Amino acid sequence: MALKLPIFMDSHSTTPVDPRVLEAMLPYFTERFGHPGSRNHPFGWEAEKAVDEARERIARLIGARDPKEVVFTSGGTESDNLALKGVAAMYREKGTHIVTTAIEHRAVLDVARRLEKQGFAVTYVPVGHDGLVDPEAIRGAITDKTILISVMFANNEIGTLQPIAEIGKVAKERGVLFHTDATQAVGKVPVDVEAMGIDLLTCSAHKIYGPKGIGALYVRRKNPRVRIAPIIDGGGHERGARSGTVPVPLAVGFGTAAEICREGMAEEAVRLARLRDALQDKILSSVDEVYLNGHPEKRLPHNLNVSFAYVEGESVLMGVNKEVAISSGSACTSATLEPSYVIAALGVDPELAHSSIRFGLHRFNTEEEVEYVGGRIVEVVIRLREMSPLYELAKEGVDIKSMRWKAE
Amino acid sequence: MAYSEKVIDHYNNPRNVGSFPKGTPGVGTGLVGAPECGDVMKLQIKVNLESGLIEDAKFKTFGCGSAIASSSLATEWLKGKPVEEALKIKNTDIVNELKLPPVKIHCSVLAEDAIKAALRDFQEQWAAKQAAATPSVTS
Repeated sequence: MALKLPIFMDSHSTTPVDPRVLEAMLPYFTERFGHPGSRNHPFGWEAEKAVDEARERIARLIGARDPKEVVFTSGGTESDNLALKGVAAMYREKGTHIVTTAIEHRAVLDVARRLEKQGFAVTYVPVGHDGLVDPEAIRGAITDKTILISVMFANNEIGTLQPIAEIGKVAKERGVLFHTDATQAVGKVPVDVEAMGIDLLTCSAHKIYGPKGIGALYVRRKNPRVRIAPIIDGGGHERGARSGTVPVPLAVGFGTAAEICREGMAEEAVRLARLRDALQDKILSSVDEVYLNGHPEKRLPHNLNVSFAYVEGESVLMGVNKEVAISSGSACTSATLEPSYVIAALGVDPELAHSSIRFGLHRFNTEEEVEYVGGRIVEVVIRLREMSPLYELAKEGVDIKSMRWKAE
Repeated sequence: MAYSEKVIDHYNNPRNVGSFPKGTPGVGTGLVGAPECGDVMKLQIKVNLESGLIEDAKFKTFGCGSAIASSSLATEWLKGKPVEEALKIKNTDIVNELKLPPVKIHCSVLAEDAIKAALRDFQEQWAAKQAAATPSVTS
């Protein structure tokens, strides 16, 4: 079969809706359009049933005991906001300290910064060179004022999987609530809120082959019963945690996507890891001075993040962007014009943050696509190194780090 | 971000990539930017010592597509110009020619810096050579 271009390999940003998911959603736009809150007619009953079934499927995927623990939101960002702001507002009397990490998604970091302005203290625990958070460092950051720990399950850039169960244990021992942003992990690797001691968990549909516009926040109801203050007031939907009509077709899509992931996760993870490893081998064996970012083993099966020394990331993307969709931690590709704070937090040379390239494989990628992408990336990197003054200096044996650079 | 056609053309077909062999007479080199900022440009001019014209120019750039295009364009403009004229190239000329968006203006600034640095390097070498050739007079 001929290769269809462009090839999408940016699945940490989003994923295509699985055709089975779309099929399940369609009737809920037209024939079954009822409001799940309409208690007195069949249109409402049908919609409520569909939403509850979706809730059950998501609960099953994350190991929640009770589907009522799943609160629908508009997506991962809202779930993170609701978790942090909701807990902060509800437990303010108890304490005003939050522990998180330096590599969280901005939906957590920016909320933390806002809470700091409102009088909360936040500790940003650093990560090691491999991107791992040390649970003992989390323990060490806890004070008698700490009300919440928020550590992401898997990082969206480097795919590093954090020791969530161990952190959950620390949280339990110290009687602190534990939130994890599992947007990148749910549906890809086993997640179990009971076994891992998670009290609040963020997830999103469009990262798991579901539709954009819906996410969920898991909020534990037992041992302990977690209470959150809503950030959106109104009709009291979602047991008062999140007002606003639940978008039924999206919820149905989310539930179906969750069910497909649950059934096929083990097999899919093996297949994607094999493809990812092939891509990694191709790249690492074809060019010198390529550095893997993040932990080599403890990472998402579909993630690959590498830095090509002496080559700026955006220029790599530009070389392939008609054929391959990938992303970079380069400053030139970020809205803030700063290089990736995640790569920088690993303690690598700053220029390697500008040179980082992220690949995110997905359910529908093929072996042929991986082969093509690997080949094109290698070609482009070699071409760009030919025109890189840093590569030339390095080849001449000049130590670039010891040179005095006049920064702009 | 969408790139202008001219940026894409310079990126795909960069003009004058390379370096002059070390010690080539009449060569001035500018190396500007910093790796940690994600942009480094090396721009070289080769001046014909008889005519004072820039007869050749070369570049190598570590940076985004716009940085590559800015330096590639700079070498194109430098060729054939007298040194004095070359000093008049402004970053805004590069911005206009390549239709760079505001977030990429720093690429053009860096290219202007690289031109100035290469010209300065050439002039300093030239001055040093003149000084060495003239017998010093003590009064």
